Amino acid sequence: MKGRKIGRAVAAAGIVVCSLALLQRLLTPKYTDGIIEGALIAEYYEEEKDHDVIFIGDCEVYENFSPAVLWEEYGINSYIRGSAQQLIWQSYYLLEDTLRYETPRVVVFNVLSMQYDKPQKEAYNRMTLEGMGWSASKVKSIYASMTSKENFEEYLFPILRYHSRWSDLKTSDLENLFRVPKVSHNGYYMRVDVKAAGRIPDPVPLAEYQFGSNAYLYLDKITRLCQEKGIQLILIKAPSLYPHWYDQWEVQMEDYAKEHGLLYLNFLECVEEAGLDFQTDTYDGGLHLNLSGAEKLSNYFGRILTEETAVRDRRGEAELAAAWAEKLAAYEEEKQRQYMQYGVN
Amino acid sequence: MEELLDILKDLHPDVDFEKEEHLVDDKILDSFDIISVISEIAEQFDVVISAEYILPEHFNSAKALYALIKQLEDED
Amino acid sequence: MLFTSYEFLEFLLLLFLLYYLLPAGWQWKLLLGAGFLFYFCAGPVYCVYMGVTILTTWFTGRRIEAARVKRDGWLQEHKEALSKEEKKSYKAAVKHKTWILTLCCLLLNLGILAVVKYTNFVISNLNGVLEAMGRGKPLDFLNMIVPLGISFYTFQSMGYIIDVYRGTVEAEKSLFRFALFVSFFPQLIQGPISRFGDLKKTLFAAHPFDGRTVSRGLQRILWGFFKKLVVADRILAGVNTLIHNPELYDGAWVFVGMLFYALELYADFTGGIDITIGIAQTLGIQVTENFNRPYFSKNIKEYWRRWHITMGSWFTDYIFYPISVCKPMLKLSKFSRNHFGEIIGKRVPVYLSSFVVWFATGIWHGASWNFIVWGLGNWLVIMVSQEFDPLYKRFHDRFAVRGKFGFRLFQVVRTVLLMSCLRLFDCYRDVPLTFRMFGSMFRRGNWNIFLNGELLGIGLSATDYLVLLMGLVLLITVSLLQRKGSVREKIAGLPFWGRFALWYGLFLAVLLFGAYGVGYDSSQFIYNQF
Repeated sequence: MKGRKIGRAVAAAGIVVCSLALLQRLLTPKYTDGIIEGALIAEYYEEEKDHDVIFIGDCEVYENFSPAVLWEEYGINSYIRGSAQQLIWQSYYLLEDTLRYETPRVVVFNVLSMQYDKPQKEAYNRMTLEGMGWSASKVKSIYASMTSKENFEEYLFPILRYHSRWSDLKTSDLENLFRVPKVSHNGYYMRVDVKAAGRIPDPVPLAEYQFGSNAYLYLDKITRLCQEKGIQLILIKAPSLYPHWYDQWEVQMEDYAKEHGLLYLNFLECVEEAGLDFQTDTYDGGLHLNLSGAEKLSNYFGRILTEETAVRDRRGEAELAAAWAEKLAAYEEEKQRQYMQYGVN
Repeated sequence: MEELLDILKDLHPDVDFEKEEHLVDDKILDSFDIISVISEIAEQFDVVISAEYILPEHFNSAKALYALIKQLEDED
Repeated sequence: MLFTSYEFLEFLLLLFLLYYLLPAGWQWKLLLGAGFLFYFCAGPVYCVYMGVTILTTWFTGRRIEAARVKRDGWLQEHKEALSKEEKKSYKAAVKHKTWILTLCCLLLNLGILAVVKYTNFVISNLNGVLEAMGRGKPLDFLNMIVPLGISFYTFQSMGYIIDVYRGTVEAEKSLFRFALFVSFFPQLIQGPISRFGDLKKTLFAAHPFDGRTVSRGLQRILWGFFKKLVVADRILAGVNTLIHNPELYDGAWVFVGMLFYALELYADFTGGIDITIGIAQTLGIQVTENFNRPYFSKNIKEYWRRWHITMGSWFTDYIFYPISVCKPMLKLSKFSRNHFGEIIGKRVPVYLSSFVVWFATGIWHGASWNFIVWGLGNWLVIMVSQEFDPLYKRFHDRFAVRGKFGFRLFQVVRTVLLMSCLRLFDCYRDVPLTFRMFGSMFRRGNWNIFLNGELLGIGLSATDYLVLLMGLVLLITVSLLQRKGSVREKIAGLPFWGRFALWYGLFLAVLLFGAYGVGYDSSQFIYNQF
């Protein structure tokens, strides 16, 4: 009798746990169509973690650099841990997280996020944080990122956040219940369409050009962590025409790099050298590069990496080359699919 | 006792106050009725039932209420 | 900490574990600590206010008790020597002394309540008068802290001191136990207003873990969450749109708002009380019920016996009765009888005392004319129906409708509508606006809003309506079932998997259909502010 009771309770608890887990999986956005940026962070964990270069930062990294080109042209094995509006503390904790698995030779950080000193938007937080595997770094990142209306509990159990999504579930939520298809190419978000840069809005004068102390705190942390691990840190500013990169900001970054002996590259200053043309190389009027732009920039940056850092050409490694061959095939396939979709050539 | 029953009958002619034992619990007497009863009692018995005595146990039956009146008369 | 916040649930879980792990004698002390922690989190200064009430009330209670003990000792000692008259006058003197003590305590504590809650209301009225007299310079409003739940704990403490004075309960010896009675956290925010005599039976006792009581408590909490999150907080968006934009939403919208508000208030308030009583139950403590399916009442008098019961009975016991049977009132009644005849004389005490009670009830709900008019509106309706009572009786007998289902339904609907109309004062900014909005219901003639889809434009989507409909059906079904006894008891009689399906289903309904988290502005419980 007692045994039966216990068995029943265990069975009931099992049903509760399994059904809740399933519901949570169903209701949590999978970012497989529409805003696929939300899926980027999680894809990293399925990789063979043996990269020489890791990019961290916002959309200015994951839309402007193509690891496929870095491999094809220079034999550099790289991965982009980028996400939409990735804030600097999120970049730092993502770096911490990445270093749990591997120690690259070079880390590239895009400095645009220095402009944010405080948590910004819940939706972007979600896209950066949800995909992270659980670790102390993730917990710290969540606490550093939450806006006032957010709760840690809703990160721990995303069903609490997405409980009302039942009313707009799509068939893709069911299709991708257990396995989400890959959307990126080593963290690169490919777009082949073109929307030439037109008139760029005039920069708005700011009340304060000094980057915040919190932003500097995390930039210091990134610098220190790289130093400790013997990683070369490269600071970059991607060549996006907008949001505007102020001269006052530029000075601060140049000073910082000088002070800490870091390489700082402002690609806005080498647009021509890289061969970028904002009539053909952007898909949204100059905010982000399209495939053509990203490939040109990667080509340009690859040369710098080869010359200025300790990265090696690894095309001779059979296993890695085989893995890349597969990736390049997928890359090519996606290219063709998008050419069809957008009717570009 | 007769006087008291008259007072009560006046309020609710359809209730058998000699038998009924749950006047308050069964909500036969509401707060307005209780006030009317008290002011009638003050009039006719010259006994003031102050608020501290307004408890269900004193108003649940005519008998209990009558006992209360007697008790208060004694104390005076 | 809102009842529906994650912090509160975590606080509760931790408390619960400690409560049943600690030796039983520590349980009530833990609750006292938890209550103050809870209150401290709401506002550290609040604890000072509550502390003053606890100390003064407890001390007064002790003094009254001491005076009585002394009296009894003295009487015992001089039993032989004293005449009946002397004993009587000595008793009266002691009684007078205890009355003075009680009065001081009442004045002090109700004074604090009055000052923090009503100063600005008085100032705004004074300014109105000054302006009307053409004097410039209005008075500044004071920046007053209103401690959370002050109306509730003050009433609870004052009920205690009056009970001690009347001799209905013994004064509590331990300051800390009394402090727990005042600060018992589940009922701190929105009641019920417990009586010391009731609550002390279970509040201080040792409660070993009892699976049955605990699971009943949890079920009650879950049901409260359903009402609060699925129904009240979901319909809130619609209610707010309607009542905050009276210029856009008049006529039929007022009717819609009235019904929506009736549902929201019911779900919010009874849901909150379910959570309160449920929490207490998981701790083995029994808190008085505050509602008895109020929307099934057949008239307003009955409604007020079934809605916010502990508040109504507080007003009846501590204001209505004392005023109506005090000597001046009886004299006045006698005077009126002699001068204006039986009919008027009989009505004087009832009319006057209930006027005072409804004025007080109104202003207790909020420091504004809206609530005063609302309270007096209730008074008016009750008095009118009292006068028509004989007429109703004749009608009932003549047409033999009494007890017929159709007629009962009519009475219930009529009561709900009447109460909802009165509650409009609770919704709109000021009294004149409320009257205008009420009037527009009959003039505007925009009843087509029920058909032309505009109902979807007030912040509630089709999905919201669907969820609300589901919630409403469930609420009504449960209320109907409750007429034949506790629904939880019935469910407890089902086989295991039946019980599991029902309770887990309810949990999932709260989880999925509840309006909470990012994207919802979880409202505070409506009754917090009172």
